[in-house]
Amino acid sequence: MADSDQVILTMKGISRAFPGVQALQDVDFNLRRGEIHALMGENGAGKSTLIKVLTGVEAPDTGVITLEDKEVQVRSPQHAQELGISTVYQEINLCPNLTVAENILIGREPRRTGRIDWKRMNAQAVDILERVDIGIDVTQTLGSYSVAIQQMVAIVRALDVASTKILILDEPTSSLDTYETDQLFSVMRKLKGQGTAIIFITHFIDQVYEISDRITILRNGKLVGDYDTNSLTHLELVSNMLGRTLVELDSVSKSRSKLVADGHTSDPVMQARQLGSTGAIDPFDLDLYEGEVVGFAGLLGSGRTEIANLLFGVDKPDHGTLAYNGKAVKKFSPLSSIERGVALSPEDRKAAGIVDELSVRENIVLAMQANRGWLRYLSSAKQTEIADKYIKMLNIVTPSPEQPVKNLSGGNQQKVILARWLATNPQVLILDEPTRGIDVGAKTEIQKLVVSLAEEGKTCIFISSELEEVLRTSDRIVVLRDQEKITELTGDEMNETLIMQTIAGS
Amino acid sequence: MSRSFKIDRKYVPMLATICLFVAGYVIGAIQYPGMARPQTFFNLFIDNAFLLIASTGLTLVILSGGIDLSVGAVIALTSVAAAYLMEHTGLSSLIVIPLMLLMGAAFGALMGGIIHVFKVQPFIVTLAGMFFARGMAFFISLDAITITDPFYRTLSLARIHLIGKSFVSVHVIIAFVVLAVFMYLAHLTHFGRTVYAMGGNEQSARLMGLAVGRTKVLVYTLGGFCSALAGLVFSNNLLSGHGLYANGLEMEAIAAVIIGGTLLTGGVGYVFGTMFGVLVNGLIQVLIIFNGELSSWWTRIVIGLLTLVFILVQSTFASMRRRQASIKPARKRPAAASDGLAAPDTPPS
Repeated sequence: MADSDQVILTMKGISRAFPGVQALQDVDFNLRRGEIHALMGENGAGKSTLIKVLTGVEAPDTGVITLEDKEVQVRSPQHAQELGISTVYQEINLCPNLTVAENILIGREPRRTGRIDWKRMNAQAVDILERVDIGIDVTQTLGSYSVAIQQMVAIVRALDVASTKILILDEPTSSLDTYETDQLFSVMRKLKGQGTAIIFITHFIDQVYEISDRITILRNGKLVGDYDTNSLTHLELVSNMLGRTLVELDSVSKSRSKLVADGHTSDPVMQARQLGSTGAIDPFDLDLYEGEVVGFAGLLGSGRTEIANLLFGVDKPDHGTLAYNGKAVKKFSPLSSIERGVALSPEDRKAAGIVDELSVRENIVLAMQANRGWLRYLSSAKQTEIADKYIKMLNIVTPSPEQPVKNLSGGNQQKVILARWLATNPQVLILDEPTRGIDVGAKTEIQKLVVSLAEEGKTCIFISSELEEVLRTSDRIVVLRDQEKITELTGDEMNETLIMQTIAGS
Repeated sequence: MSRSFKIDRKYVPMLATICLFVAGYVIGAIQYPGMARPQTFFNLFIDNAFLLIASTGLTLVILSGGIDLSVGAVIALTSVAAAYLMEHTGLSSLIVIPLMLLMGAAFGALMGGIIHVFKVQPFIVTLAGMFFARGMAFFISLDAITITDPFYRTLSLARIHLIGKSFVSVHVIIAFVVLAVFMYLAHLTHFGRTVYAMGGNEQSARLMGLAVGRTKVLVYTLGGFCSALAGLVFSNNLLSGHGLYANGLEMEAIAAVIIGGTLLTGGVGYVFGTMFGVLVNGLIQVLIIFNGELSSWWTRIVIGLLTLVFILVQSTFASMRRRQASIKPARKRPAAASDGLAAPDTPPS
């Protein structure tokens, strides 16, 4: 049924490297007229790089793009638009203070004797919106409408600016509720019926099955394959996305897991009861005990980071209670969490962890200094002593403690963040994707470190997209799906198959 | 039917100011019969024409998401430079006037260019511009210079009669022309809509393919032009130029723009509203004069409070809208739907 003349776009052998990472390696992708094609993969799989290559943001190192049987080189986002490739991003690039009509037509406003003809502009906007069955007052400001409507206005604008043949929707549903998502889907179906090819990027598995015709899966910059949606099971999809790390790693000692499995003798360090935050994570129960590693398994957006943020006080819960060492937590803020002895190493170390310009020493003492209060200054001799201790302990490769952190490799930066939190001597350590984007050797080192910290009696939460890694380090695994804690697995239940089945919801 | 009675929420801040002005004036007129005389009303415009011109230019700057702190200093510089050229070089006012306007526009263009090219905060660049212009004014002359140019004097004394014996000055006509031109620019041209778009979200405006850089330079150019024009009106009113003139006037202009309903962060507001911001400022002064007992500093105190109130109201509005946007039913795909979809193609495992 897939006639080759239906194919509108082919990308063949696309590779793209960034310093230190091979973001895309020999990836093929093809798209047909009038189909909704889901592009799936975890963080770092190469989805966004592939889209950037297609939209001219990045040039590929190798590879050929063929659009409607003609080989093209996409030079810039503007050029992509001229070619008929439009993108609508998750964060809406429109002006909320302007009216809906203006947002659709600005730059191409109808004019009469030099001045803007508002009447005609509004009428045109109504026409354009009617094509996708949206009837709203176009003279109201865009900001007065829901995110879904704004999203659709962005789509309509993209379609109207150029004669769009390919529409790329980058996580359009991540801030929409069910009703709004349905609205968006009906617009997508309408466009599909008109022959537009749509690339749909999302991490909601149910939505992929609801709307897409085909799925292309990427993992670690490589193509896993493309599939017809109704011939791929949920389980196959999840296992293809998560994959297995094929590299043999040093084994991590797990002798103590028996001790934990035998039952907890002490009271929990942290106890969450029906803790939740609307729109981020559904209410969940969670007990954390001394000396254990609790792994979080689930896809991106499943709620794993959201739980971490709640426990650390980055986000405030609107539901349930949290107790720390038996005492109810009243104040939710990172600072009060640090004072209690909870530490979080965030998912995106570039944006939320490392202070690039500061030295290794300064980065290490940062949290400790915050904990002591800024008035009680730590002498520089003392600071160097602490920095040296952790550089040795964690085996951080740096010429000197005075080296700016930005000059270190990813793995060593991650260790600096770990050192920062260890210096505050936390009781609970939450590690969100601590091994992302670092090489295999460094990964094992960090895994070992986590296990040894638990042996010292600390509680660790270990969050990772790589199932194997979670399995290797954790004593207990919390499985999450679509912003909901599904179950907890211990002992023999902790195997890849069962976890994947749980994530896939089958 | 009922639709025509509904007031669009976007007009609320401006309408509030208009009501405030009308109510204030009516109450004043009841209390002090002198205020009921038409001429008192027209004097409000005559006395504040220069502020209206400067504030109108500033409205566009603020709408674009910027700020211009050099307004008062450019007024002073223009007054001194114009007076010096007319009195000490013998140039005719017919040459000096366009020259000053050109200077103001060029000064604004330079500031806009620096802001755009070097990506510097407008606050910093126009602060530097403020010091520079004020310094230049004193560099030209430490003392006030009286202007004796015949055309300039004629212009200053010209009266345009309206109803009965009441009249307005040429300055008022100029101010209204500027206001009309800017209203046209803001609401009926692509340039004006780009200004609003930039004030709403500069990044988005750029991604929507709008000429952000060019617009930004033009906005400050127009701002500089208006400051220079306000400077000419100011010096024409007093028939002299001095580096001390219009000290801190930029702050009064900013207050007028905000009280007129424009959002300080840009993107929301109306040029027309600024006129009422200026009038409210003038009205308070008039009320104090008629009262005769209050210190004139009460004007500043009241304007300060009003500005604060308007900013607080606007930020409450903004956070209300944010909260409204974030409150939505908990996102949850119905489980049944997901099972239904999964069932046909998932083998029992």
